[in-house]
Amino acid sequence: MNSLRKQRLQVVVLIIMAGIAASGLIIYMLGQNANYFYTPSQIAKGEAPQGVFLRAGGMVVEGSLLRDPNSLAVEFKVTDGNAVLIIQHTGILPDLFDEGEAAIAAGKVDQNLVLQATEVLAKHDENYMPPEVAESMSEAYLNKRKTEGGSR
Amino acid sequence: MNRIALFLPLALFVVLTVVLLLGLDKDPTELPSALVGEPFPVFSLPALHDANQILDEQDLLGDVVLVNIWATWCFACRIEHAMLNQLEEQGVKVIGLNYKDNREAAIDWLKKRGDPYTFSIFDERGRLGIDLGVYGAPETYLLDAGGTIRHRRVGVVDDRVWNNEFRDLYAQLMDEKR
Amino acid sequence: MTVELGHAALIMALCLAIIQAVVPMIGSFSGHTSWMRLGHSMAVGQFVFVALSFACLATAFVQDDFSVAYVANNSNTLLPLHFKLSAVWGAHEGSLLLWSLILSGWSTAVALCSGKLPLVLSARVLSVLGAISVGFALFLLFTSNPFDRVLPIPPLEGSDLNPLLQDFGLIVHPPMLYMGYVGFSVPFAFAIAALIGGQFDSAWARWSRPWINVAWVFLTIGISLGSWWAYYELGWGGWWFWDPVENASFMPWLAGTALMHSISASEKRGVFRSWTLLLAILTFSLSLLGTFLVRSGVLTSVHAFASDPERGIFILAFLGIVVGGSLLLFALRGPTMRSVTTYSGWSRETMLLINNVLLVSSMAMILIGTLYPLLADVLGMGKISVGPPYFNFFFVPLMSGLMVCLGFAGFTRWKNTEGRALLKKGVLPSIISLVLALVLPIFMMDKLTWSNYSLTAVITLLLVLWVVTMSLEDLWLKSRGKLSSLSSLSGSYWGMLIAHIGLAVCALGVGLSTAYDAQKDLRMVPGDTTELGGYQFQFVDVKRIEGPNFIAYRGNVEVRSGGEFVVSLSPEKRNYKSGGQVMTEADIDGQLHRDLYVSLGEPLGDQAWAIRFQVKPFVRCIWLGSLLIGLGGLLAAFDKRYRRRRLQKSVNSSSEGLAFE
Repeated sequence: MNSLRKQRLQVVVLIIMAGIAASGLIIYMLGQNANYFYTPSQIAKGEAPQGVFLRAGGMVVEGSLLRDPNSLAVEFKVTDGNAVLIIQHTGILPDLFDEGEAAIAAGKVDQNLVLQATEVLAKHDENYMPPEVAESMSEAYLNKRKTEGGSR
Repeated sequence: MNRIALFLPLALFVVLTVVLLLGLDKDPTELPSALVGEPFPVFSLPALHDANQILDEQDLLGDVVLVNIWATWCFACRIEHAMLNQLEEQGVKVIGLNYKDNREAAIDWLKKRGDPYTFSIFDERGRLGIDLGVYGAPETYLLDAGGTIRHRRVGVVDDRVWNNEFRDLYAQLMDEKR
Repeated sequence: MTVELGHAALIMALCLAIIQAVVPMIGSFSGHTSWMRLGHSMAVGQFVFVALSFACLATAFVQDDFSVAYVANNSNTLLPLHFKLSAVWGAHEGSLLLWSLILSGWSTAVALCSGKLPLVLSARVLSVLGAISVGFALFLLFTSNPFDRVLPIPPLEGSDLNPLLQDFGLIVHPPMLYMGYVGFSVPFAFAIAALIGGQFDSAWARWSRPWINVAWVFLTIGISLGSWWAYYELGWGGWWFWDPVENASFMPWLAGTALMHSISASEKRGVFRSWTLLLAILTFSLSLLGTFLVRSGVLTSVHAFASDPERGIFILAFLGIVVGGSLLLFALRGPTMRSVTTYSGWSRETMLLINNVLLVSSMAMILIGTLYPLLADVLGMGKISVGPPYFNFFFVPLMSGLMVCLGFAGFTRWKNTEGRALLKKGVLPSIISLVLALVLPIFMMDKLTWSNYSLTAVITLLLVLWVVTMSLEDLWLKSRGKLSSLSSLSGSYWGMLIAHIGLAVCALGVGLSTAYDAQKDLRMVPGDTTELGGYQFQFVDVKRIEGPNFIAYRGNVEVRSGGEFVVSLSPEKRNYKSGGQVMTEADIDGQLHRDLYVSLGEPLGDQAWAIRFQVKPFVRCIWLGSLLIGLGGLLAAFDKRYRRRRLQKSVNSSSEGLAFE
């Protein structure tokens, strides 16, 4: 039975090594592909890494939507009530995208702190807001109130 | 397969359960607004029934109140409405926040279904909703007499929700007021 | 009245389920035959009552009974009848009732088809199924009652069903998926019964196999339908997004596939017993986990039902008891299940082991990726979403490895196979595959004028041709080159062959459509043309039309190839009147070798529109392939019984028929 035992041991060792390699690889890939959500305030403060694929969003500022008359390039601004983020995108905007509504975009922030978006997502329902945006809005309100100080 | 290896799946499952349990706590619609424990946001908006009357956060002070976000486009609000009518009959003061709606349609809606609201704030653009961190309708906030938000419910308030989440706190706040 | 009847029927079903869960199990230990038999009648009775309850809910929909909150929330008078009926399972409460119905249906099937099983075994299996039914009935009655009324004033009109769901896809996709999901409760029950009884022989494996196969076929078709539906309904040409809800259905499929293969080794050779039992528990556990993820709100997804943490806690508790309990049982009883025979080298057992490892690894990787955002949120690391690159990075190599091993499948023998002999079988196919894989993309470059020489296409073709040529070689050898002996090959063998080729076809679709997909988003005014993928698209005009419950802008796009008219496409942008939802209805011209896909973006003013054009070569093969996979599974499922009857009738079976397991 000794050779059988050896064979079994080899197999076990192999499995453990493969397991460690796999775990390491998984952790690495998760890290590389975890798309974090940043608020306009965070990006304005420089808290968001540049050149890294991330998501950001807020309320689309009224009157901020600009379209290139000759292509599908668009630019618009989103706000969380505190800071404003400029987003540029080339392509079709989602159906429920509109000024005054919430939008989330995914892409990379360039050195001008403009989000070059490869994807723009609007909420999937007429009247509801994505939780991340809603949360960031109310937190921004709180921060603003704290910095403005005092009460009315 | 030795004994220890056999227990491995169970161990992994226990870890998974713990993560999921913690995840439930973090459920986005359950997450209390950052504003719980904070004063109700400052605002200046017209009343629903009288466009000339301007309301602000001072109008919410002095009583323990429910602020209920509602709209004619919100179907679940129709279901919740009976509960609100019932609460009003029992003496609970309910204030409406008509969210991103059409004024005439909203007034008509209340005529048809009964108006449990002491008054309704008309937030046509949703600006107050933004400051509150509203996801949509219906949502209900419980304020104490000093105007501080003490609880928030995202979704319909029915018998079960009232008994589990609001009733005791409401009673406590009413006692404190006295 | 029907509503109260439906509610009462559900309560009756709960009572019967409780009896079904408790009495036969006790009877199996005490030896009371009548107690053990009770499980069968209870299962049938339970099905009758749940079906009655379901019928009452359906009636409420048909009659527009808006006093029922669930009906009011999901239907209205203008909804066509077939959508009213499918709206029954369109939201949380109703879909749970569907779960219960299907679960009691499967239990009844087990009760009726268990003639040949030992009574002790069938009693225990039905008890376990009864216990699961109890859980769902309690969940329904206490947290998700579809029969709740709206008091005191019922609305005169219901809410609209989400137009995204007013589609043929909604009618078939959930029931198919649930048949699969829930179907795996049967092998689960068999596994628990085996662990309790400490009895796990090849007879057990033979009895449980057909159930696994059939459930698996439903799940395969259900997932395929979901992908197909997303493709043509969502409007933008995607067919798989690694969305948490998609993953929730795919993981049981992977585990179920591993189970299907593992149990064949258990049946034939008595090996992989622990694997098989664990996989049976795992597959159903993943079904339950999927249910939890979709309904508890821990993960946000476009698919997820409205969330409710109270429900989430209930399901989690249920999950904990069912899965935790079964894994504990597995750990305690495991040592009695040790395999008795050995195998070595490149035997079929070894290949199946590799198969198991690859499938389970894929599943584990997907599970981690799906749950990571939740973990990160819990640990306070922020709101993360895990993108497709993570999933594809692991899934593609794992599946490729699987396909390589798959080629050798038919040639391996039980107990031992000479490695060298095996490799020899692969020489000719690998040469053919390699040559064609290197050469064909050159022709593709010419045929698909926009493409470069695609490495993805080479790898895809290599794997696909490898599987196909090896399978055909195996078929040739097994039929001894005679057409007449084809009929003597068993259903199991044909099932394997067709399913494996189906996988190859599916992989062909995935790989080639990824390699050669062409897409353009353009701003166009009527009269503009553009070229894509060797076709010329002309945007003719846009007309405003009125639908039954929507207003739409319908575009007209004419497609030509080399000057010759191919097809006219009419994509629509719809505005639904109630609820104001906007929907993009793409128009697709589908052929086996390519899909032409056009969808309208937004109006840009001055008659201009944003339009998306796509040419997707071979994308249809994805769903064709999965149909073949399902067909293969079906053939394999029905082989067992047929053969058993045949064996009983005569001692005629050819040795080939037996050896191909």
